[in-house]
Amino acid sequence: MSLQKPLMRGMLGKRLRFHLPIAFSLSLLAAIAFKYAVTEPRKQAYADFYKQYDATKEFNAMREAGIFESVRTGKVK
Amino acid sequence: MLRLTAERMGSLLARRAAMPLATSSARMASHGHEVATTVDMSKPLYYDRKDTPLPDRAYKDVLDTADKGLKQKEKGPWGQLSKEEKIALYRIMFCQTYAEMKQPSDEWKTVMGGIFILLGLTGLIVWWQSIYVYPERPRTFDEEWKAKQLKRMLDMRINPVEGFSAKWDYEKGQWK
Repeated sequence: MSLQKPLMRGMLGKRLRFHLPIAFSLSLLAAIAFKYAVTEPRKQAYADFYKQYDATKEFNAMREAGIFESVRTGKVK
Repeated sequence: MLRLTAERMGSLLARRAAMPLATSSARMASHGHEVATTVDMSKPLYYDRKDTPLPDRAYKDVLDTADKGLKQKEKGPWGQLSKEEKIALYRIMFCQTYAEMKQPSDEWKTVMGGIFILLGLTGLIVWWQSIYVYPERPRTFDEEWKAKQLKRMLDMRINPVEGFSAKWDYEKGQWK
């Protein structure tokens, strides 16, 4: 009883035909997931922060805390 | 305790050592006492390995007359060989059967014991180091210094959007 002829060629092509679409779609999925889980919330966080940001108030708070070397603490009129 | 592990290691190594020492028996006889004989690595060697089934040469390559007779009989029809003869022919070709090779040993106990002993020694060395070698502890590790450092970071508004200072509530003066 003779055996069936084994697979002699085309193995890489077969593997690529199977795995490449999966690889590409998974990578795309990963990129989309990162965009909507990380970058969009981050952009929103920055937007919300700067909506209510008063630079002068923050500056004065920092000055009172005494971290600056070139600005004196205490309001000078 | 160390004596036991040495014994076990000795017996294990003796079991695993290959038998090409048979070929150097002439050298041993000329010396008249046990010397460490060298193996000629340029010739095919015998080995018992589970992953490589057929070694480069037969186990017994110098056959006595009984074995030689058996090898002659092997050239004829094998149905005429008795069971003991077939086993004898196998033992000429191979030292251990697969069943014998696969037998579990106690080597892991030696290995684990050695690992733990050396780990312990290392621990002792590290402990000695921490007392006699390490330099003086930097003042930046003191609790007071670290508290002042943290306050300064909050005053400077480090990472106020998503990071460090974002987690501090400036109105209430506490962590969010």
